[in-house]
Amino acid sequence: MTLLDVTLLTPLLGGLLLAFVGHRPLGGWINVATGVVTFCASLAMALEVFAHGPLLSSGRMFYIDAFNVYLVALTAFVGLTTSIFSRPYMRHEVERGRVTERRLRLYHSMYQCFLFSMLLALSTNNLGILWVAMEAATLTTVLLVSLYRTPESIEAAWKYFILCGVGIAQALFGTVLIYFAAENKLGGERGDTLLWTVLHGTGTGNLDPAVITLAFVFLLVGYGTKVGLVPLHNWLPDAHSEGPTPMSAVLSGLLLNVALYALVRIKMLVDASLHTNLAGNLMMGFGMLSFTVAGLFLHRQHDVKRMFSYSSIEHMGLITFGFGIGGPLATFAALLHMTVHSLTKSAIFITVGHACQLAGTQRIDQIRGLIRTQAPIGWGLLLGTVAIAGFPPFGVFISEFLLLMATMKSWPWLTIPLLVGFGVAFAGLFRHLQRMVFGEPPPGQKPVKANMLPVVVHLVLVLWLGLAIPSFLSHWFEQATLLISGASPL
Amino acid sequence: MAIAALGLYSQAIILFAALALFTSFIMLAQTRMMPLIFTFAWQGLLLALVSVLVAIVSKHPELYVSAALTFTLKVVLIPWLLYRLSVKLNMQYDAEAILHPTLMLLGGVALVIFSYYVAQSIVHLSGLATRNTIAVSIAIELLGMLLMCARKSAVAQVIGFMSMESGIFFAAVVATYGMPLIVELGVAFDILVASILFGVFFFHLRDSFGSLDVGRFNRLSEANEPMPLPEAAGAPPPEARS
Repeated sequence: MTLLDVTLLTPLLGGLLLAFVGHRPLGGWINVATGVVTFCASLAMALEVFAHGPLLSSGRMFYIDAFNVYLVALTAFVGLTTSIFSRPYMRHEVERGRVTERRLRLYHSMYQCFLFSMLLALSTNNLGILWVAMEAATLTTVLLVSLYRTPESIEAAWKYFILCGVGIAQALFGTVLIYFAAENKLGGERGDTLLWTVLHGTGTGNLDPAVITLAFVFLLVGYGTKVGLVPLHNWLPDAHSEGPTPMSAVLSGLLLNVALYALVRIKMLVDASLHTNLAGNLMMGFGMLSFTVAGLFLHRQHDVKRMFSYSSIEHMGLITFGFGIGGPLATFAALLHMTVHSLTKSAIFITVGHACQLAGTQRIDQIRGLIRTQAPIGWGLLLGTVAIAGFPPFGVFISEFLLLMATMKSWPWLTIPLLVGFGVAFAGLFRHLQRMVFGEPPPGQKPVKANMLPVVVHLVLVLWLGLAIPSFLSHWFEQATLLISGASPL
Repeated sequence: MAIAALGLYSQAIILFAALALFTSFIMLAQTRMMPLIFTFAWQGLLLALVSVLVAIVSKHPELYVSAALTFTLKVVLIPWLLYRLSVKLNMQYDAEAILHPTLMLLGGVALVIFSYYVAQSIVHLSGLATRNTIAVSIAIELLGMLLMCARKSAVAQVIGFMSMESGIFFAAVVATYGMPLIVELGVAFDILVASILFGVFFFHLRDSFGSLDVGRFNRLSEANEPMPLPEAAGAPPPEARS
């Protein structure tokens, strides 16, 4: 059994086990333990790939290279920390009577199945399986969005199901087209031509431009729906605000990343065949639009989780924009931003979850005086928002700064909307934040049992990435950048 | 290329594909639930037949698996599930009003023309006997999407969704003689799970909204202002949802 097998099988088996015992008090602990094993295995695998280069499993089913291995480790890590948060959080929800024991079992089981589908999407070598795993990610989370069974949550889940379903169906059509292009040009063993190693190895530059352009448009719409690119984003704020908070944390921190990962993989193929920047330009356009629109929408939110989900759209737009610019510097910045956004945003959602339990509502105008009532939650929310808004010395600042520099180099006039967008988003976040964190708490507001360890760990990591990127990590990003953009950023 | 110049099997493939496209149009115009479900099953049957014919012509035995999957899912399982649910939810005689039936059918025609236009740039690359039907597969997919957009009933939306999937499956069959087996199995598994989840959702929708009319969804919209705050501090919030 290889480390990859352990990484993939642990969440799957954990999910199956939790389908039977997930409602017991032990269930939360099993969830955490599964996360620990998955994370350790993924970390060991990352070190192995780091030392020996890309890893192709026997049977060529899985392929791990510099690009996806760090996302595998990140996914396992955020999955672990969120499971640590979710154990007391879900207990509290059961005690409040919002979740029955049966639904708790469903929640725990689906949590691990979701992680499995994410890891499968990241590590598979087959573009078809990538699609299957992305669809499975929707299927595993859709019942969790409607976990509370309120009319709002059911509406949100239906929207999520239908919009993501339609979107991702386009991606399947795009995948068929890629297979069509590859079958025509590459020949060879049937069934091999959907393998990434074949497409990107011998197939580089050989695919028909007309087909591959059409395929990219379908795939961009398809996976773009899951990334939450405007105007395909409608499901995202609903699903984030109505589901249980641990779900919001993993959706924002992981699912969006993985969908974007799929898109970037496809872009690598398209770029090699087209020799133009068509894919990049499309991604820049969608990215810029999402960034701007989401920044404006931040201003008119009344629900705290909704607000931060718009912030996720904004950041995913920024990352898409970065990958669209191409070039080593922008790609490096986008990869770094993917990491820091994922860490920061899941930390914020964890804090917001506690804050909502504290205040008993998600309405921004009713959350008051967090610092007075329970200082760790208040400070966590404040620091998390400061970090996500891109203040130095946090890592988000570094990646946004690098991205700005890359934009200045290749598209100087685009720095203006970018800077304005940063300003708008900043104002949007802080006009709500100040009243929630400071001020007089409403009478009778009592502290809740909160585990702030995951938040602290995430924010310290983000801070660390902002002060000094450790050499092995920068080397890692460098390798991934080399793989995606074809040149080293240094 | 004259139809008569093709072999009998190829002619049959084109005939059945055209009939499948025709069923898509019937679904667009069909307002009642039961005939809608049956038309969907007919479409599945036609597409499965095409897969079998393609398998015979191309001598690709793995296409039989694809045909079997289409038959099991689209002809037996999903229609049966939808039928059972409609009876259980007591809505088998329901009909929904279509706002602009003529406009919608004309839109469907436009989509078919568009599919032929899109397919034109890629068809010449293919040497397969079935390449004439690539445009039909794109059209079935797009018509499924139109059905989803135009209808407000959850059942019709699910049928539109499944019809889209059928179109894509069909595209894979006629453009490349099917996807690799493992991918087809994976996709079929996803569709199976999705159809079960849709069934679960029908009950949730009915329990919360009293009907399967998703046009009544209005709670989550950026256009809505939230309810005003209660005046007295400490009064219970109007819609505490934490």
